Amino acid sequence: MIEHFPVLVIVIPLVLALIAPVAGRFNRIYSWAIAFLATLFSFMVAVILLQQVMSSGTISYWMGGWEPPWGIEYVIDYLSAFVLLIVSFLAFAVTIFARKSVAEEIDEEKHPAFYGVYLLFITGLMGMIVTGDVFNLYVFLEISSLTGYALVAMGRRRRAPLAGFRYLVIGTVGATFILLGIGYLYIATGTLNMADLGLRLPGLFNSRLVITAFAFFAIGFSIKIALFPLHTWLPDAYTYAPSSVSALMASTGTKVGAYSFIRIIFTVFGVKVFLNQWVSVPYFFLIIASVAMLVGSILAIAQTNIKKMLAYSSVSQIGYIILGVFLMNPIGLQGGLLHIFNHALMKCALFMSVGCIAYKTGISNINDLKGLGFKKPYAMAAFTVGALSMIGIPLTVGFVSKWYLALGSLENGMWYLIPVIVISSILMLAYFWRVIDNIYFKAGEQIDVVKMPATPASMVIPTVIVAALCLVFGTLAFIPVGITEKAALLLLG
Amino acid sequence: MMEFILAKYNYWIYVIIMMIGFYAVIAKSNLIKKIIGLSIFQTSVFLLFISIGKVEGGTVPIYQGAEAVYINPLPHVLILTAIVVGVSVTAVAFALVVNIYREYGTIEENAILEMIKHDD
Repeated sequence: MIEHFPVLVIVIPLVLALIAPVAGRFNRIYSWAIAFLATLFSFMVAVILLQQVMSSGTISYWMGGWEPPWGIEYVIDYLSAFVLLIVSFLAFAVTIFARKSVAEEIDEEKHPAFYGVYLLFITGLMGMIVTGDVFNLYVFLEISSLTGYALVAMGRRRRAPLAGFRYLVIGTVGATFILLGIGYLYIATGTLNMADLGLRLPGLFNSRLVITAFAFFAIGFSIKIALFPLHTWLPDAYTYAPSSVSALMASTGTKVGAYSFIRIIFTVFGVKVFLNQWVSVPYFFLIIASVAMLVGSILAIAQTNIKKMLAYSSVSQIGYIILGVFLMNPIGLQGGLLHIFNHALMKCALFMSVGCIAYKTGISNINDLKGLGFKKPYAMAAFTVGALSMIGIPLTVGFVSKWYLALGSLENGMWYLIPVIVISSILMLAYFWRVIDNIYFKAGEQIDVVKMPATPASMVIPTVIVAALCLVFGTLAFIPVGITEKAALLLLG
Repeated sequence: MMEFILAKYNYWIYVIIMMIGFYAVIAKSNLIKKIIGLSIFQTSVFLLFISIGKVEGGTVPIYQGAEAVYINPLPHVLILTAIVVGVSVTAVAFALVVNIYREYGTIEENAILEMIKHDD
């Protein structure tokens, strides 16, 4: 049984995704219960897999017993076990949150279908993490994207289907570019296994075919992770999606895309691909990442809708991750990986606390938050912790990753990146302060304490737990730091 | 020059079809036309994959003795999967357009954007 865990982590949510809509026909609550069980199971398996990796090293699972590179291989190493743990934990937390939130935001007859699609989305993400085969990666990427478009379009607001449609058009173009990249790699090497590609490609780095393949991957994944000039789908998608979907997608969707991009860069191509090219690719991406960090924050300041503000802040956070990745040294890469973990926690806490406030009130404007700090103390405390973490106050997770990113920049002698990190953090302070000022220091006129509907405990508790984890892993930073250090060294070989 | 183009005409056609689809995705305001463009865009990739499976003088990959030359069936299998993905994308896109039509009563993107401006 235990040796099949790498594949069960996908098979269980996949099978339950098909059962959930059927079971929901008997009683609506069954479909939620099935989603709950599936994510709980995935989370437990992810914990066991991480333990196994830490005790006995990389796990390689051969699908159907076919030896790679002929068969599909699933690989669990430090990095994939780590990302798997984040995604499965946050999926579990959001599922608990989703019960009441979805009950309020989505029509009742759509619940069974919603949970089916929701589980398929998680299946797609899990598959992208564990797979060691590039074509398999594309298939899982499309599973998670297609369900992502549908989930966004389920939003209550009138604009949700249009936001979903735009996401679909841009996302499909991105996925097709990734498919083309895979095709070009197949033409060059005749293999689709990531480890095998990693062995065969180094001799072909002068081939224009391989460089074109990298370009296709770079553009495709930049669209999928919403890197700055290609981020246009993200703000609308996150804003108009249901609360639970924004929390899940913002915390896991783009992170898994970034993880796959890291896999393609380091496992498939290897850092040496960037040597002796006519343009310095890492340098180019560092510039893009810096611009993303600044522009994302500036655009966030201009927003009055709180979900849109958080969405633009995601654009700048993706810049941080890409900055760490393209520093191309162990410390910088470690900072990028830490930021995947940290940003997932922070954004999940922020979007869930916004969801708590919007429950039955529909509040989405920053000005309507006045005085809510004392009416919704737990949700607003969670928001504040998440916001402080985003800014990067010491003892929160945000500080740890920014510290490593700064150290990584110094290691490369790129001291001029540190002001960019600091300025972006100050801009974050500007837009989060506006919200915190409204929450705690301005009297609210609009809503009375009496009229304010109570937020169910099943929504508040996961929010508070995720926010508390921002503090726990900010103080006990050695846990994620230890794992990402090993992962970064493995990736850089 | 002409020979260079003719020798690899599959690949030229793939690029041309792809750009036609991409143009429709970007330039057309009608959402259904956008989906048609997206389909064309995806289909061009199928042509690329099928072309790379071709082996000179090869035959159907059903076992006919050890000395026979077969075409490479792997790209075909990959493309079967990609076709399924393409169909699903189109289906989801049509479903979204139906929803958009219910909300706004039109499928012209310009008209919808105009309405959104009035909403805000």
